[in-house]
Amino acid sequence: MKRDYDVVVVGAGPAGSMTAKWAAKKGANVLMIEKRQEIGSPVRCGEGISKAWHDSVGLKLDKKSVAWEVKGAKLVSPNGSTFYLSEKMAGDEVGIVIDRVFFDKLLARDAIKAGSDLQLKASATKLLKSGNKVVGVRVRSMEGTRDITCGCVVGADGFESQVGRWAGIDTSLAPRDITSCFQYRLTNIDQDFDYCEFVLGSKAPGGYIWIFPKNKDTANVGIGMQLTKLSQPADVKKYLDKFIQGDPRLRKGRPLELVSGAVSVCAPIEKTIGDGILLVGDAARMIDPITGGGISNSCKAAKVAGEVLAKATKENDFSERSLTRYENGWRDILENQLYRNWLAKEKLVTLSDETFDKVIATLNEVGVDKMSTFAILKAVKTRYPELVKEFEEFL
Amino acid sequence: MDKDKLDELEVDIDKCMHCGACVGSCPQNAITLREVLIEFGDNCTLCKRCIKACPVGAITLLEDD
Repeated sequence: MKRDYDVVVVGAGPAGSMTAKWAAKKGANVLMIEKRQEIGSPVRCGEGISKAWHDSVGLKLDKKSVAWEVKGAKLVSPNGSTFYLSEKMAGDEVGIVIDRVFFDKLLARDAIKAGSDLQLKASATKLLKSGNKVVGVRVRSMEGTRDITCGCVVGADGFESQVGRWAGIDTSLAPRDITSCFQYRLTNIDQDFDYCEFVLGSKAPGGYIWIFPKNKDTANVGIGMQLTKLSQPADVKKYLDKFIQGDPRLRKGRPLELVSGAVSVCAPIEKTIGDGILLVGDAARMIDPITGGGISNSCKAAKVAGEVLAKATKENDFSERSLTRYENGWRDILENQLYRNWLAKEKLVTLSDETFDKVIATLNEVGVDKMSTFAILKAVKTRYPELVKEFEEFL
Repeated sequence: MDKDKLDELEVDIDKCMHCGACVGSCPQNAITLREVLIEFGDNCTLCKRCIKACPVGAITLLEDD
């Protein structure tokens, strides 16, 4: 039977667009659907990313996608002492603060240029199945409701992913693996605009507060907190408001934008594929459990997904067996790191302010050779091996 | 599931940012994001995880008030 598309990608965020791009580029007939009316908006992101991985997924940022370049990261311990992860010790790897409104459009444009189709304001409402096999998706849009048949549906539908759940893939999260977030884009502030700032400890229990500069007097100031550390409704916003009021640099700031959302901070899930179905990005719970960042992991996995889907198209085989190449492929790249960082997160959420102070002091003494979580954990190990005991084998 | 109880879960649309934090946190997949609202299905077990997950405190259980 002739199908409408080889691949239908649900969700045109970074994971969806990157999957569509690589699948289309290598010959698959791809449709992306996006429930929102504009790609990249509203923003649900802190927007701080690293740069080192861009080449590996064929990503070339344009001017508009980059809001600000920083020299590195600044960790702030509960007692106010700081540790700078600078450009110098990080080689040429600098951090950037992107503009998701443009960044997501850039990625979608790349997918379209590679040959993918895109429809906006189009929501998936259910999966079409033949037995256990996914054979298409029902889409509600301005053109009405229609059933679209395809070889594989890609669930790139983010934290609140429905596609995976409809397909019977277990993406459920324990409360300790959910981080609830709130962010202001604050303007009229003073800040150390050469660094992305991370505030650790009990100011944001089970998470951290971030200050990521968007320009000299504006920054994304946000907070993430573990669900199990929350007791009252709106605690997340209250902790952030309290922090801002207590910081003279930020107190006079006013918000240009409010952002809320949640991220998964879990260990790698057991399965991200089925017959005619594949999950990628936040929907596949690929977010880094320590940083809460998802874009680089999503893009790396999405490239594998796109390439496997193109092969599956050529072979006309979208079975779970065929898609195992994706399952194995993304795990080769990400699984160890996700698991290690999940174990590290489980430890970090138990640390007292005093221990955070000691850890920051240690980092200043021993230094780190790379701007990465891995390098930080290795440095911590030199002085506090007990803190990394559970995941020593990964260091 | 007690339907009467479900009626007591309320979303304050003045607070709701429509971000989906509650949807992804729900262990039953009982919450749906609608165009302007969120909707609780009858498979909700009133576990209250969504109330915690909501960053802005837009969801309340009336009996808690």
